[in-house]
Amino acid sequence: MADHTKRMTRIVDHLRANWQIYVLLAPTIIWFLVFLYRPMYGLQIAFKDYSVFRGIEGSPWIGFEHFHTLFGSDQFIRALKNTVIISMLTLVFGFPMPIILALMFNEVLNQTYKKTVQTVVYLPHFISTVIISGIVITAFSPSSGVVNTVLDWLGFDKIYFLTKPEWFRPIFIGSGIWQEAGFSSIVFLAAIAGVNPSLYESAVVDGASRWQMMWKITIPSIMPTIIIMLIIRIGNLLEVGFELIILLYQPATYQTADVVNTYIYRQGLQVGQYDLAAAAGLFNAVVAFVLVMTANTISKRYSRTSLW
Amino acid sequence: MANMNLYSRGDKGFVIANMILIGLFALSTLYPFIYIASLSLSSGFAAQAGTVVLTPVDVTFAAYGKVLSEPQFWISYRNTFIYTIGGTVMSLIIIIPGAYALSRPQLYGRRFWNLMVAFTMWFNAGLIPFFLNMRDLHLLDSYFGIIIAFACNAFNIILLRNFFESIPSSFEEAARMDGANDFQVLRKVYIPLSKPAIATVTLFCIVARWNGFFWAMVLLQDEQKIPLQVYLRHVITELSDDEQFAATLIDAPYSVDTVTAAIVVCSIIPVLLIYPFVQKYFNKGILLGGVKE
Repeated sequence: MADHTKRMTRIVDHLRANWQIYVLLAPTIIWFLVFLYRPMYGLQIAFKDYSVFRGIEGSPWIGFEHFHTLFGSDQFIRALKNTVIISMLTLVFGFPMPIILALMFNEVLNQTYKKTVQTVVYLPHFISTVIISGIVITAFSPSSGVVNTVLDWLGFDKIYFLTKPEWFRPIFIGSGIWQEAGFSSIVFLAAIAGVNPSLYESAVVDGASRWQMMWKITIPSIMPTIIIMLIIRIGNLLEVGFELIILLYQPATYQTADVVNTYIYRQGLQVGQYDLAAAAGLFNAVVAFVLVMTANTISKRYSRTSLW
Repeated sequence: MANMNLYSRGDKGFVIANMILIGLFALSTLYPFIYIASLSLSSGFAAQAGTVVLTPVDVTFAAYGKVLSEPQFWISYRNTFIYTIGGTVMSLIIIIPGAYALSRPQLYGRRFWNLMVAFTMWFNAGLIPFFLNMRDLHLLDSYFGIIIAFACNAFNIILLRNFFESIPSSFEEAARMDGANDFQVLRKVYIPLSKPAIATVTLFCIVARWNGFFWAMVLLQDEQKIPLQVYLRHVITELSDDEQFAATLIDAPYSVDTVTAAIVVCSIIPVLLIYPFVQKYFNKGILLGGVKE
């Protein structure tokens, strides 16, 4: 009893001295509960036969039926495959670009020129997905787009790019590189800035060329950053920029373009099969969680500093 | 390593080749913007014929005239300003105090609260539960719904919290000696010392709001409330199939493509205007700091 009272007094004293901190914290915590944790509670519809009228809690449980449906559905399997393929292609073609750019920036001696080029290549990062899609659709338009105009000049047949499944991925990945390669190079530039200058000085004494210094000093020095960024990227493997896909794909290109999130969007928000779509989302989230956690563990082991 | 003395004779060719290559990359980054701008200033006929490649052909402002005469364009432009300003202010109101509280050593359950925030970066309920939650909260088709529901995220809170934690406690101790409480310490010590970090978070919020489209498209049905990006999407995806619009095209000095290009330009201009001012904040430390908890 005495212990209890003492504890109460301690809590009261603590609150009397620090109540303002809790007032400052409250909006954040309430926001997270209402907008991010409440939906997690709503995830239970993935295991229910959800109907709008009965609501989340009133709908009956049906176990893993939606997951059986999903894995028996060609559309979902296709979306899963496309997600992994598009993500892998983005990794292979998109990941090296910012590193190459950072290395190139580092070799530019004229600071004005460097700043100007940086200003230009960072810009697309700040442009909205809708605008990107507008540019892509206009530029690849079959009759009037500049790409087909140039093809025509070169004597090739015009191609209706956005209806051709085989062209969807190159266009999607290309526009991703155009938008993000420049801005993503900032992280690697920061890593390069942290390389010990005395390494270069002694290399110069030994008569090394800049090309040699890049391979023998710069790249090995930024390797930890490269590996950490690679791990983060692999952790986010299921994260494909589905907003741009929604804006660019059409039934004719679903076979190569439809990913898990666009499938969820169609099944859930357009068709209204909320429970099935929520199950697809849950599957996505669980796999993503495992990937991110694994990535974090690996990077912890590698760099001794966790990502978060 | 910009030292000129690290640059020997044999490297000249390498340096020049590098400058040319990176210049070409910058030009190819810039080209789509130039193309769209030229298209927006070309005649509909020239655009349809595919003659616009680099510079405008048959210069006309007809497409802009068409865009600026659409009431919906102005409505959605106004809405974008409402969402951008309202949303950014709301974000700062929630994020700054929250990040400060989470940075306090004396906060009871600090590890738990921080984990609660960080967990949402790793696990997300997904599109459908989020949508149903918004519906159940009666926040569909609501200005307030859009402003509040995207006001916060783990990344921005952690970014700012890390910055607060990096401020030496001696600054705070001086204020405490003068009898300052937490509200005052936040306002008079932490906020003034964290201007770069707060500017970065503000920039992220503004850009996200200005460009935000997916949830606005999903959550807003009322055309009076849609932002510019949703209107733009509507124009891009539906204008070419819109028979009413097609009827106006006969003999018109604009085409679907030039009108689309003109709206794209109108939507990029504000970004271009503030871009030079915010560029200096792309500071490595702040961007990297956000990655670590």
